[in-house]
Amino acid sequence: MSKVRVLVGTRKGAFILSSDGKREKWDVSGPQFAGWEIYHLKGSPVNPDRLYASQTSGWFGQIIQRSDDGGKTWHQPGMPEGEAPAAGGGPPKGVSNKFVYDVSPETGKQLTTHQWYDGTQHPWEFKRVWHIEPSLTEPDAVYAGIEDAALFRSADGGQTWKELPGLRGNDTGPRWQPGAGGMCLHTIILDPSNPHRIYIAISAAGAFRTDDGGKSWKPINHGLKSQFLPDPTAEVGHCVHHVAMHNSRPNTLFMQKHWDVMRSDDAGDNWREISGDLPTDFGFVIDVHAHEPETVYVVPIKSDSEHFPLDGKLRVYRSRTGGNEWEPLTKGLPQSDCYVNVLRDAMAIDSLDSCGVYFGTTGGQVYASPDAGNNWAPIVRDLPAVLSVEVQTLP
Amino acid sequence: MIRVVLPQHLRTLARVSGEVTIEVNGQATQRSVLDALENAYPMLRGTIRDHVTQERRAFLRFFVCSEDWSHELPDAPLPKEISSGAEPFLVVGAIAGG
Repeated sequence: MSKVRVLVGTRKGAFILSSDGKREKWDVSGPQFAGWEIYHLKGSPVNPDRLYASQTSGWFGQIIQRSDDGGKTWHQPGMPEGEAPAAGGGPPKGVSNKFVYDVSPETGKQLTTHQWYDGTQHPWEFKRVWHIEPSLTEPDAVYAGIEDAALFRSADGGQTWKELPGLRGNDTGPRWQPGAGGMCLHTIILDPSNPHRIYIAISAAGAFRTDDGGKSWKPINHGLKSQFLPDPTAEVGHCVHHVAMHNSRPNTLFMQKHWDVMRSDDAGDNWREISGDLPTDFGFVIDVHAHEPETVYVVPIKSDSEHFPLDGKLRVYRSRTGGNEWEPLTKGLPQSDCYVNVLRDAMAIDSLDSCGVYFGTTGGQVYASPDAGNNWAPIVRDLPAVLSVEVQTLP
Repeated sequence: MIRVVLPQHLRTLARVSGEVTIEVNGQATQRSVLDALENAYPMLRGTIRDHVTQERRAFLRFFVCSEDWSHELPDAPLPKEISSGAEPFLVVGAIAGG
């Protein structure tokens, strides 16, 4: 019988929630990396026991952790457990957390400045890894989206990282600016039908696409409107919160922007608003049903200055029509006095026949629906604030 | 033998409990102590000093014989109490360390 493994990153550690295909009874393990902010964990689609985690701290900086046994044990890549720490020779050790912008004349781009909150220019500084995206084909290949926004890739299981400098250097960088959470590259989508195509999104710069494996990038923000910009339809500067794609339709993208839920059917070249009858179209998460590419989920949040559900009612909204027409899903979710937020990477979808939907809140709840959103129940209620949720469907 | 006391989170990363001891060849300075520490425990690289600039991370402090050495020059000789192992070199998270 199939199983699911839910990977939860929180403000104070990582948790792994496991269940069989019924998704009624759950085993909770953790915290791993207790006391650290775990921005994201994700498993390799090629080898589900290969997990990567971004562990970070304002005091001690960035750590990359890797598990090769489904989360039972972890190590910093390049430092396998039990290895003599002072052993000489071999590949470099202790650099799995070394994220250095490529400014070399051969491959890199000069480190320019980006826009600060007040419109002045500010130097680029590495702060943390927001999102880890393992390759669809190689367990040792993995991408990392970082703050200040850039895309890195490792080809050796996270031991060493190199920037794909074409993104940061595509000449729009000086017009990128941080959102409230920082200038983070938070979304990485690998096109399953085209190994040369990658989508990424940055707050607050917008969405970008490469069609040559990451060498060159172009902004794909036509159709987005942001009132906080001097030119609301500018090429870059938009606060994209998250983007989702269904594997069977890699040219169709769904976006939750700062305000507005958007859709593109031409690989991001053009976007149109699909907020329709949502009670508010501010929010962070967006995801697509595993088997129905026109079924989309969002969690509306009241506004950019009030990051909690409207009227204290935690409601997931589902559209079965690819947007515009939305239905509230409330069964099992708190419908009074609920003032949590659901952050951008904190929703995930499993691929069981009856599609499971999961999301985590800043109040420490992780909710699961085993029936595509019709019914919800908390897996856990009292974790630290949830930063990210991913799910693995296992045989 | 030089004794180093690490904050809890770094002890966890280094998979040690209590203080660690390291050998430093030549003059004991903040730089030589941290170089030796990172050589013995590579998993700590980047967590105390920046990988590239080698500057102390902003929210960490270095205490030596009840004095704050965080802003001393990295190559200044440490007191003999440190180089002899009589006193530990303390790496401390600012305030509570998270």
